[in-house]
This record gives sequence, C-alpha cells and structure tokens, in this order.
Amino acid sequence: MLRFDFLQARNLRHAISLLERHGEEARPVAGSTDFLVRWRQGFWRPACVVNIKGISGLGRITYSPQNGLRLGALATVQAIETNAQVRRRYQALATGATSFAGVQVRNLATVGGNVCNASPAGDTLPALLAFDAQCGITGPDGARILPLTEFFQGPGRTALQPGELLTELVLPPPPPRTGSLYIKHSPRGAMDIATVGVASVITLEEDGVTCRDARIALGAVGPVPFRAAEAESLLKGRELSPDALAQAAEAARHAATPIDDVRGTAAYRKDMVEALTRRTLQHALRMAGGRRVPFEEQRRLAVQTAF
Amino acid sequence: MNKQPLRLTINGRERQILVAPYYSLLDTLRDELQLTGTKKGCDEGDCGACTVILDGQPVTSCLVLALSAQGSEVTTVEGLATPETLHPVQQAFIERGGLQCGYCTQGLIMAAVGLLQDNPQPSAEEVKFAIGNNLCRCTGYTKVVEAILLAAERMAEVE
Ligand SMILES: Cc1cc2nc3c(=O)[nH]c(=O)nc-3n(C[C@H](O)[C@H](O)[C@H](O)COP(=O)(O)OP(=O)(O)OC[C@H]3O[C@@H](n4cnc5c(N)ncnc54)[C@H](O)[C@@H]3O)c2cc1C
Ligand code: FES
Ligand code: FES
Repeated sequence: MLRFDFLQARNLRHAISLLERHGEEARPVAGSTDFLVRWRQGFWRPACVVNIKGISGLGRITYSPQNGLRLGALATVQAIETNAQVRRRYQALATGATSFAGVQVRNLATVGGNVCNASPAGDTLPALLAFDAQCGITGPDGARILPLTEFFQGPGRTALQPGELLTELVLPPPPPRTGSLYIKHSPRGAMDIATVGVASVITLEEDGVTCRDARIALGAVGPVPFRAAEAESLLKGRELSPDALAQAAEAARHAATPIDDVRGTAAYRKDMVEALTRRTLQHALRMAGGRRVPFEEQRRLAVQTAF
Repeated sequence: MNKQPLRLTINGRERQILVAPYYSLLDTLRDELQLTGTKKGCDEGDCGACTVILDGQPVTSCLVLALSAQGSEVTTVEGLATPETLHPVQQAFIERGGLQCGYCTQGLIMAAVGLLQDNPQPSAEEVKFAIGNNLCRCTGYTKVVEAILLAAERMAEVE
C-alpha cells in the first residue's frame, strides 16, 4: 500500500520551508479533493504532504471598490458560491462555483487548489480569467504577482517554481454596467466534469448599448483554459446586436482546439463553444443593461446538460 | 510513518486517538472509532455515502485527511438521535419511505441535516441542489425530497 507522511504547516513561511526541505518528495495539499483521488489511483506518490489548510488568513474573501475581490487561496468553492459580493458583482464566478461538484465537495475544495490543479476543465478558471485575475505567489525568494493568463502552462502544469505557493487571487472591481455568466455543459446535471465551459463578461458604455469591454474565456477545449481574444475584439466598441454576438461566438469556435473524449467529440465541443459563447454573451449583456437575474435563475442557467 | 495524535470532538464527545498520516477521516471513523454508520461507497467523493458534518458543514469524509481535521467537531449519523427520539430528518425518511436498501441513507440524512441548518425552509429545488452530491440507486429521489421537506416543516413547527 502507498503511504505518505503528514506535515502540518503552521504559517506560510513554515509551509515554504517544509516544501524546500523535502523538495520533490513533498506535495502541498489544501482541500485534498484532487490529491486523495490522484493518490488512491497511484498517479501521485509523494513521500509527504504539507498541509496548508489551517494557515490562518489564507482563506479570506474580501471586496473593496478600490481593490476589487481578493480570494485567499484557501477560500472554498462553497464560500465563493455563497458570498454576497461575488454573487452581486462577479456573476460568472458565482455561477462557476455553483456548477461545481456538490455541496460536500465544495465545502472542501479550495479555489487555490482548482487553479493549481490546472485542469483545462476547472470550473472556476474561465471566470477567473475573464475577470483578469492576478495570482499572488510566495516562495523561498519572496513574493511575486503573475497574471492568471500566464499561470497555466499545460494540463496539470503551472508557472509555480519549486517551493512556491499560490496565496491569493485578486480580481479588479468590475466597472458599472458590467454583467457576466458562466455556463458549464456536461453529460450530467451534477457531479460531472465540464465538456465545455464558457465565461463571458460584458461592460457597456454610459449610452447603455455600446460595448466598452468584452471578455470571454473557454474551458475544456484546449490544453489550458484561455481567453478568446479574437472574439473579444470583435465586440469592443461596437453596438451589441444579435449579429455581433453571433460573430464573436463563431470566432470563439475557431479559437477552440478541443480533443475527442468520453464526454464529447472535438467537433461537438466546437459546436458547443459557439452556442455557449452566444448564450453567455446574451445573458451578460442583459445583466450589464441593468436586468437583475435572481441567483436561483443563474443557478438554473449555470449547468446545461446534453440530455 | 508513525501514527500521529488526533484530537476530535465526535458527536459531542472529545476523543484522542492515534491515526496513520495517510488515513482519511472516513477510515478513521470506521476503523479506529468503530463508527460504522458512515458508509464507504466510492472513496472518490462522488457518491456522498460518507457524508458527515465537519465544523458545521457537510463534507465527504473520504476526501478529508484525518489529521487535517485536528481539533474539529464532527457529527456522524450516530450523533443525531437521542435514546428516546430519532432526529426529525430520520423520522421523516422512515415515514415517507425515503430509503430502500439503505446504503446511501446516512449520507442523504447528513446532507439534509446540513441543508436545514443553513436554510430551514428550502424549496424542492433547493433540496435537490443540496443532495446533488448523493447517489441513490434505489429510491429515485422523489421520496427522499418529500422526506426532507416534511422534516423541514416539522422542525419549523417546533421552533
Ligand atoms: C467528486 C469530485 C468532484 C469534483 N468536481 C469538480 C467540478 O465540478 N469542477 C471542478 O473544477 N473540479 C472538480 N473537482 C476537482 C477538485 O475538487 C478541484 O480541482 C478543487 O478545487 C481542488 O482543490 P483542493 O483544495 O481540494 O486541492 P488539493 O487536492 O489539495 O490540491 C490540488 C493540487 O493543487 C496543489 N495546490 C493546492 N493548493 C495550492 C496552493 N495554494 N499553492 C500551490 N499548490 C497548491 C496541490 O499540490 C495539488 O497538486 C472534483 C473532485 C472530486 C473528487
Ligand atoms: S465514499 Fe465518499 S463520496 Fe463515496
Ligand atoms: S436506498 Fe439503496 S442506494 Fe439509496
């Protein structure tokens, strides 16, 4: 039987020194929801784990109009889903969180773990990308900040150097007249991995019709989740007619480079990217225009199944 | 890989035990503490049969490293009833026929207890959302949802 030792980190510095001391033998764990599954499957075989859950202050969620949203790496997906500021200002992140597993797993899974696990299908990732998240990283050589777009390097691969930990994600405050939504498409309505996930964020000019900013991020259709820059540029500065949204959706389809797997063929995934980009843009636009969509309705929209 | 000391408050009682560093909370409850009411269905977080309340929140105990729960409070299905009366959720499951083989039942009951703590008056839709992490191969869920709504109603009357 595989075994590992358990080391509890007392604080961030202690965690980093434990990781440095044990090098490749050690793996940090937070909620351990990915870790225990991968360990039992025999994929991950560390000699020891450094438990960072319990480091105080690292799970905080705060919002201020100046600095926006700060998510401590240990913030659970459930805490994000139920946070009033997230629901009010970062709907795509709230819907990403509500589409995620079930409550028992959400109570354990951390946002830092979702980001560091770097699955192309991670459900919080498209929204974090679309809200221009910056990563706070601390390691043996001190702290640094990296845009999330540069964090993902391949499935399961990140920009973290040995001994480094993700400490927080910072999302700038959305300007007025911003709306957003994430839609996860998966075979089952609960407890499944995304076949495709799309997050869109729209900000309107004061005239209420011209697009000031549009951000679209795609999940599960490439080696990493990514921003569909071409699709975004088709919307910026334009009036958002149904035609404009359709063109952006088509551009998103072209940006996707999915694979065939058990949840869908590459061709099917491309079709879904187009459909979901259009849908998320439509809802984001309505919300940006001032329409209030109760969270119960957003939750219904968040997961769209094949059957 | 020496066992390490773990202090937990389980169903209101403080316990000190030694556990292997790679043990899950689920295996600790079942193997070390003989609290076998909590079931192991999948050991991967999918089925919900291992649900317990950890520091006030329902979690799949198969995904929790036992030592990461140091100092925590755990409620298992064994901690719900008193010698005289069942918990209203347990009573409602019996009356509404919310179970058949029973393998998933403790997990569904703990998920329901977790829901009603936060949201004492849930809609049927909210109940379904709250049991999304629980698999049942027998009931088809209809009677389960009815049972949880009945329990909510009764718990509101008592208050
Ligand atoms: C039943 C089940 C259902 C799931 N459903 C979903 C779903 O619907 N959507 C989804 O996106 N995911 C899902 N997941 C995957 C998983 O729950 C998430 O990826 C979760 O966010 C991981 O967080 P964690 O805290 O549990 O990470 P852990 O398992 O503790 O760690 C995951 C990885 O990240 C590293 N790590 C964690 N935190 C840090 C940090 N701060 N700094 C550096 N490295 C770190 C660890 O070393 C490890 O490699 C599911 C998993 C299970 C078991
Ligand atoms: S045994 Fe834990 S979820 Fe199935
Ligand atoms: S009653 Fe048999 S699995 Fe639910």
